[in-house]
Amino acid sequence: MIILRLARQSLANRWLTATLTILAIAVSVMLLLGVEKVRTGARQSFADTISGTDLIVGARSGALNLLLYSVFRIGNATNNITWKTYQEISKAPDIDWIVPISLGDSHHGFRVMGTTTDYFKRYHYRRTHALEFAEGAPFSDLFDAVIGADVAAQLGYKIGDKIIVAHGLGSTGFLEHDDKPFRVSGILAKTGTPVDRTVHVSLEAIEAFHVDWQSGARIPGQTVSADEVRKMKLEPTAITAALIGLKSKLAIFGLQRAINEYRAEPLSAILPGATLQELWGLVGTAETALAAVSAMVVVTALLGMVTMILTTLNERRREMAILRSVGARPATILGLLVAEAALLIVLGALSGITLLYGALFALQPYIDRVYGLFIAIEPLKSSELISLGGVVLAGILAGLLPALRAYRLSLADGMTVRT
Amino acid sequence: MTVHQVKAVMPVAAPDIVSMSGVRFAWPSRDSFRLAIDDFTLQEGERLLLIGSSGSGKSTFLSLLTGIVTPQAGSITILGTGIAGLSGSARDRFRGEHFGIIFQMFNLLPYGSVIDNVLLPLSFSAERRKRATARGNAGAEAERLLTSLGIEASLVRGASAASLSVGQQQRVAAARALIGAPQIIIADEPTSSLDRNRQQAFLDLLFTVVAEAGATLVMVSHDESLGHRFSRVAPLSSIARTEHGGGQP
Repeated sequence: MIILRLARQSLANRWLTATLTILAIAVSVMLLLGVEKVRTGARQSFADTISGTDLIVGARSGALNLLLYSVFRIGNATNNITWKTYQEISKAPDIDWIVPISLGDSHHGFRVMGTTTDYFKRYHYRRTHALEFAEGAPFSDLFDAVIGADVAAQLGYKIGDKIIVAHGLGSTGFLEHDDKPFRVSGILAKTGTPVDRTVHVSLEAIEAFHVDWQSGARIPGQTVSADEVRKMKLEPTAITAALIGLKSKLAIFGLQRAINEYRAEPLSAILPGATLQELWGLVGTAETALAAVSAMVVVTALLGMVTMILTTLNERRREMAILRSVGARPATILGLLVAEAALLIVLGALSGITLLYGALFALQPYIDRVYGLFIAIEPLKSSELISLGGVVLAGILAGLLPALRAYRLSLADGMTVRT
Repeated sequence: MTVHQVKAVMPVAAPDIVSMSGVRFAWPSRDSFRLAIDDFTLQEGERLLLIGSSGSGKSTFLSLLTGIVTPQAGSITILGTGIAGLSGSARDRFRGEHFGIIFQMFNLLPYGSVIDNVLLPLSFSAERRKRATARGNAGAEAERLLTSLGIEASLVRGASAASLSVGQQQRVAAARALIGAPQIIIADEPTSSLDRNRQQAFLDLLFTVVAEAGATLVMVSHDESLGHRFSRVAPLSSIARTEHGGGQP
């Protein structure tokens, strides 16, 4: 149809401003959807910090606190679990596996965690991913340490390097277990979880460098050399928490109740998945702010489009007078301008989607590797399609603004061609 | 030559295709300007030259004639239809159907091809489309008109309207006004952007194609010297009385 072809040619005649407008809309749409993708990815990565663990047991405390110190290495345990209790719990028939962890020391700001080699087999993240060794192997000697990817990267450690663990959690604790250096035996691959920022040693090692310590300080005059320590029987007296996997998920709540009601010692057992959700509820407010910012960017792009159409309106009054002289109704002129806005916004939205997926395909492996943030490449979800539809609708409504002005102008100008 | 004099007497039998009586009009937005037309008629086949310059109510008169605006009082009957009583969109359709309009300048959509500019009115009038395709297809009819107006065939499909000279643009505008044989051709100072020689050439062509189409021509100009070509010459002021404080473009 001639009228549509002429409208297209009119737009093509203004291709530079039109292209820039489409680009602005495309970038804003990419941002809007990209933020949504990152948000989903971040939420998923967060929820996938620990998988396959059915219960986490610690001394009686709030669920969030227990999760924060046992998984995220944030804050401190209010109390320990005695080794005796730990052994009692591990006898529960529903338990498939149990891994103790012991926290409290640090190395250059990174937490040192005592555990067993089972930890490397049992700790899963992102549903089914087990920990992998980038280099080396789990600890085999008493003074072996396995470090996370961030620890290795930030401190530049290689296999075989000697490290000294500090007592307490300061980044440069002056109370150092300097008489008992550790050897780096393994470096874990990047996971995007707090494991990356942890120095893992055996439970016995935690005991070993505390044998000549009492109440947080060295016992004066009593030093036990590393070689002497090797000969000692090192059984932990207490641990900080334990990760538990069950034979059947059906047993989770029963065991949780049993642990929470444990007589000999006040304990808490939490379901990591549920508690992660709860925690996300707290940190997730930032996502709302992100979404608000990207919505503002979309508004800016739409304003740009309206401005572009409005500024061309004056020079196009002649075009409208010509159309009216050949019998076009003002409504036709209104329709043409709204159609133009709709075309710009739809092209912008489509380009935005193309840009987004292009960027996702190009950057997904990099983001995963460097930030441990896995962004799934999936088709647009219905909620994203709805927000896209909202953008298009808003664009068309915004396009009504110049269109109505053109409508009024064409009524007032009549057939007069003004320069 | 005085402009009041009627140059030729039309056959008595020719019916009125336009008649206005008791028309009173004021632009709603422009406070002081008023236009009154007590009695005006146009007969079929007439070639009327209205002499009027800017501020004489020319645009308002043409807007009333073509149904862009409707008067506050009085009647305007065109081809037997009282257009003041029509709805806005019906008037737009009526204009597209029965009028061919040539402006002073910048008649064309500059980015469109010559042929698309000529065919544009057919998108708005089924009647004109039917007449234009009576002898074949509309494109061939447009080419026939353009050829008889002296536009080279090479320009018809390839060139964008903006690449034409002013004289060529006015001739393309004439082809657009004439396609589909509307009954009334309105030309608003169509030659004012042309030099003297090209004015004559343009009018020669315009008169020829208007005569071929059997249309009625109303032309507005401030140039009285063109009068000898027309069947009637009248100053606009003898038809439409204006009162105004401010200027009227």
